[in-house]
Amino acid sequence: MQCNTDNVVYMDNNATTRIAPEVVDAMMPFLTDCYGNPSSMHTFGGQVGHAIEQARSSVANLLGADANEIVFTSCGTESDSTAILSALQTYPEKRHIVTTRVEHPAVKSLCENLDNLTGHKHRVTWLKVEADGTLDMEQYKESLSDDTAIVSVMWANNETGVIFPVKEMAQIAKERGILFHTDGVQAVGKIPMNLRDTKIDFLSMSGHKLHAPKGVGVLYVAKGTPFIPFLNGGHQEHGRRGGTENVASIVGLGTACDLAAANMEEENTRVRALRDKLEQGLLSSVPKSLLNGNKENRLPNTSNISFEYVEGEAILLHMNQYNICASSGSACTSGSLEPSHVLRAMGVPFTAAHGSIRFSLSTYNTEEDVDFVVEKMPAIIANLREMSPFWEE
Amino acid sequence: MWEYTDKVKEHFINPKNVGEVKGADGVGNVGSLACGDALKLTIKIDKNDIITDAKFKTFGCASAIASSSVLTEMLKGMPLKEAKHITNDDIAQALGGLPKEKMHCSVMGREALEAAIADYTGAILPMAQGEVVCDCFGITDLEVIRAVKENNLRSVEEITNFTKAGGGCGKCEDTLRSLLVKTVEDLPASKEEPAKQKRMTTLQKIKKIEEVLEREIKPTLKKDGGSIELIDVDGDFVTVSLRGACSGCHSSQTTLKEYVEKKLREQVLDTLIVEEEK
Repeated sequence: MQCNTDNVVYMDNNATTRIAPEVVDAMMPFLTDCYGNPSSMHTFGGQVGHAIEQARSSVANLLGADANEIVFTSCGTESDSTAILSALQTYPEKRHIVTTRVEHPAVKSLCENLDNLTGHKHRVTWLKVEADGTLDMEQYKESLSDDTAIVSVMWANNETGVIFPVKEMAQIAKERGILFHTDGVQAVGKIPMNLRDTKIDFLSMSGHKLHAPKGVGVLYVAKGTPFIPFLNGGHQEHGRRGGTENVASIVGLGTACDLAAANMEEENTRVRALRDKLEQGLLSSVPKSLLNGNKENRLPNTSNISFEYVEGEAILLHMNQYNICASSGSACTSGSLEPSHVLRAMGVPFTAAHGSIRFSLSTYNTEEDVDFVVEKMPAIIANLREMSPFWEE
Repeated sequence: MWEYTDKVKEHFINPKNVGEVKGADGVGNVGSLACGDALKLTIKIDKNDIITDAKFKTFGCASAIASSSVLTEMLKGMPLKEAKHITNDDIAQALGGLPKEKMHCSVMGREALEAAIADYTGAILPMAQGEVVCDCFGITDLEVIRAVKENNLRSVEEITNFTKAGGGCGKCEDTLRSLLVKTVEDLPASKEEPAKQKRMTTLQKIKKIEEVLEREIKPTLKKDGGSIELIDVDGDFVTVSLRGACSGCHSSQTTLKEYVEKKLREQVLDTLIVEEEK
């Protein structure tokens, strides 16, 4: 299969990212000659094990953690499930979980289905968010109880990019003897972090959000945190995750983490500037458009804009005509009939929620990409509004 | 990404008859911003009761816009009495089909047409007189019953695909299920095929269902690492629970409808409706 990337303007990096060429190069030997099993006794396999350990150090370095706190998994979702279910098994007598209304489905669905999975009745507190997508810390503090087994709060929201004060929240949880998990899938590689400085017990990350391939993830388990594996099997990952290692992807993830660490400065300056230019360009050239989420406290690459009185899927398909890739929080794109649970939790009015578009940039975006999108969007929106029975000039 | 036909894409990218007919004889307004789609249809009717012009304004996704566009094309030049018989299926067919989750877009087209015709004739819209069962989308029982009858719907999920009812908070699910049961019971027995299966008692049904599950269905599911268990039989509604690899599996609905329900209908009773335990 051939995919032509020539004219693609890719602004959907919170969905997935392009695999960095350096990552592909690093992976190739493990897709060809270096096919040994890292668990083998012979040198041919053993050398592959060394490559995995090197990757582990790279991940640890990006997170500000120790290498032995890194467990490789298959994806962010597996990491989330592993952490939360581990905590519930560690404290079987505790039946309360605290999370937010704006979590990714990887955590949201899990929490909704815990009773079925564990056979116990659980109580879940879904923390509210303010209109700008930030959390109410008072509600958080009040929600914690002796019955709380684990708190799971995302580091940054995938739809709006809003960053949550997980460091502070983990500290509060620790004081109450409660385990703290954060879904760091969107935050890792985009904002600096140093887990050594925090009381975070678990952090989930995913390879394909930072230019590594799909199918590899990480669960950070802080030293001393009680842990019960999700996948039982061989002694891989020091018995913390059974299953033969996805060697090539793990090596790729290591390289991607090295790149992310090196590009952290650029992500927060050049990419941020591109995002800001795109955002200001769109907000000023399209009437009745508004930004969703807190403007300051946000990932540098994400912008979520609502175009009132038009519907997101229709916008995306028109953008598609120009090979511009983005996402929408509209009902029609999700396959459900209601718009994004994140925007609804923030109380974004229906007039705006259905017409929300998420632009998410990466280091591969250029000034030309931004100019192109700012040039094309106003006509797309105007065209659809002309068709809308609610739009009046 | 939705799989849209070329016809849908064509009507979406280059919609026909956008706007409002000047001095319209009939205006039909359906849907709302909150619902995520809305359509305003305006039609012009001459003294011979022929629709001479039709225009639309639509807020919604690609299939909503395409359904509106193709509807106006169908209407132009059509005698009113013929237009009265246009169904949502006619609209979907004219587009070469719609994804099943998007069938409600064709239903919206049909409802706008009915509203426009009612506006012209001064008649009261029958559907609006029903009792609202789905508060999220303002869908009445009469709309649900009609969709069930006309499109041969057999599950709450299908009702949602066609009418949107039950697609919001989901609180009306039980109401929808009982409407479905009632409507399906009320349906006249098919004339061509007089009931060949005699009435079964619930106990007989359960026994027969268990037998088919054990003999045929379980061995097949086992090959994929899954299993199934019978939870309850209530009238024609068979509640099952999918286990192992089947539970939470993306294609479990397909397995349930295309395989389990089909088998049970073939071998036990052809009116059975299989649903997964919630």
